[in-house]
Amino acid sequence: MSERSGRGPHPIPLPHPQGASPPGSRCFAATTARQAGEGEGEAVSPAGDAKKIRIATCSLAGCFGCHMSLLDIDERLFGLLELVEFDRTPLTDIKHCGPCDIGIVEGGVCNAENVHVLKEFRKNCKVLVAIGACAITGGIPALRNNLDLWDCFQEVYCYEGGLECGQIPDDPELPLPFDKVHPIYEVVKVDYFLPGCPPPADAIWKFLTDLLNGREPKLDYEMLHFD
Amino acid sequence: MSKTITIDGLTVPFRDGQTIMDAALASGVYIPHLCHNPEFKPHGSCKLCTVNVNGRNAASCTMPATEGLQVLNDTAELNDERRALVQMLFVEGNHLCPSCEKSGNCQLQAVAYYLEMMSPHYNHFYPTREVDASHPGILLDRNRCIYCELCVRASRDADGKNVFGLTGRGMATTLIVNSASGRLGDTTLAVTDKAVQVCPTGALMKKGLAYTVPIGRRIFDHHSIKDVQTGGGHE
Ligand code: SF4
Ligand code: SF4
Ligand code: FES
Repeated sequence: MSERSGRGPHPIPLPHPQGASPPGSRCFAATTARQAGEGEGEAVSPAGDAKKIRIATCSLAGCFGCHMSLLDIDERLFGLLELVEFDRTPLTDIKHCGPCDIGIVEGGVCNAENVHVLKEFRKNCKVLVAIGACAITGGIPALRNNLDLWDCFQEVYCYEGGLECGQIPDDPELPLPFDKVHPIYEVVKVDYFLPGCPPPADAIWKFLTDLLNGREPKLDYEMLHFD
Repeated sequence: MSKTITIDGLTVPFRDGQTIMDAALASGVYIPHLCHNPEFKPHGSCKLCTVNVNGRNAASCTMPATEGLQVLNDTAELNDERRALVQMLFVEGNHLCPSCEKSGNCQLQAVAYYLEMMSPHYNHFYPTREVDASHPGILLDRNRCIYCELCVRASRDADGKNVFGLTGRGMATTLIVNSASGRLGDTTLAVTDKAVQVCPTGALMKKGLAYTVPIGRRIFDHHSIKDVQTGGGHE
């Protein structure tokens, strides 16, 4: 799952909720999803008093589709919440990311604010995951990469039908847009990639359970797709 | 007694004149490839089919099979190199699969799946390339062209029309169309031409098909290109 030609597995091992027990005797190793979250397949068991894994998520130049897909793991979320707690995410509405074990970033980088958020995630998250086509290739927003930014703005804000007194927004609070949209790995080091537009809930679940169980995440053939 | 080579320890028969790729495909052994199609003369440009032959790397689609060759194919090292080549193909064009009608039926994408390419890894070029929608039945989107020259070969050798050609070198390589205007609409290219069927990517596509087969129900959504190209032959 990690980028195999050079980026390698993440360098920072996840802190284990029960300290340094070997793989196989770890606390999630023996329980199934059915027991933990009543979902399909293998999964996670409650961590008891152990420190929970802290996860932050955000959407940069994305559509929140990957976040919707994450919610699509449905009742398995309950099992997951036994093990993890959320830091900054669109779900908690926490505005800044604190120290975390896993950061999950949806969307590419299309403006200056995206860079600040992304760097905050990289600084605070031991493991950074790029989720979805936009974070990995620029995706749909990158379709504008071969168009002049000003032309794009004019088209959207001035010429598009149904607009009255169209004008291009120029509030100083708006982040500076870039002339091209980039995948996040072109800005910071990324430890894992989870492709898909969006990745299906089962792929997200497989990925997370692999990671939480201390395994190298691996997707089955039909779970890996770019669309 | 027929002549043989070995591929990853497996004994594979061949006839004189066959390449390593021909022999492999005839025996159901998959060697990843993009610019090769058994119906046409090998081009040897994508290098995805690189194998180790008696200790040296060679393109299996152009290398003749000779008695007793020891070929390594499905090794971690070769697959790492193949993945890097596919990653370079992704960043040097504009491959935004979620917006591509070919997604799920695309051989470039399928090889990326087969090689478990999780990201394009390299910095994207996002080159500016021309789209030619002038033909009523065919779309040419150069953003997705990998310059495999299959359409060139098919138009010349099968259709007898010479509609396509590659021009320029290295980064400046581009696919050109043989008409005074340079536009596809001004050629005799027909929707039924072989040239339109052979494109491994979404660069040359029949118009009007769109998503009649929805995403998720396409060939490489469920079948590895390894099985498709060794079992059912080429599409
Ligand atoms: S041609 Fe293939 S790899 Fe390129 S965008 Fe289309 S589906 Fe993706
Ligand atoms: S249009 Fe398709 S067949 Fe022709 S060179 Fe490009 S990728 Fe190959
Ligand atoms: S398939 Fe042999 S070089 Fe492309």
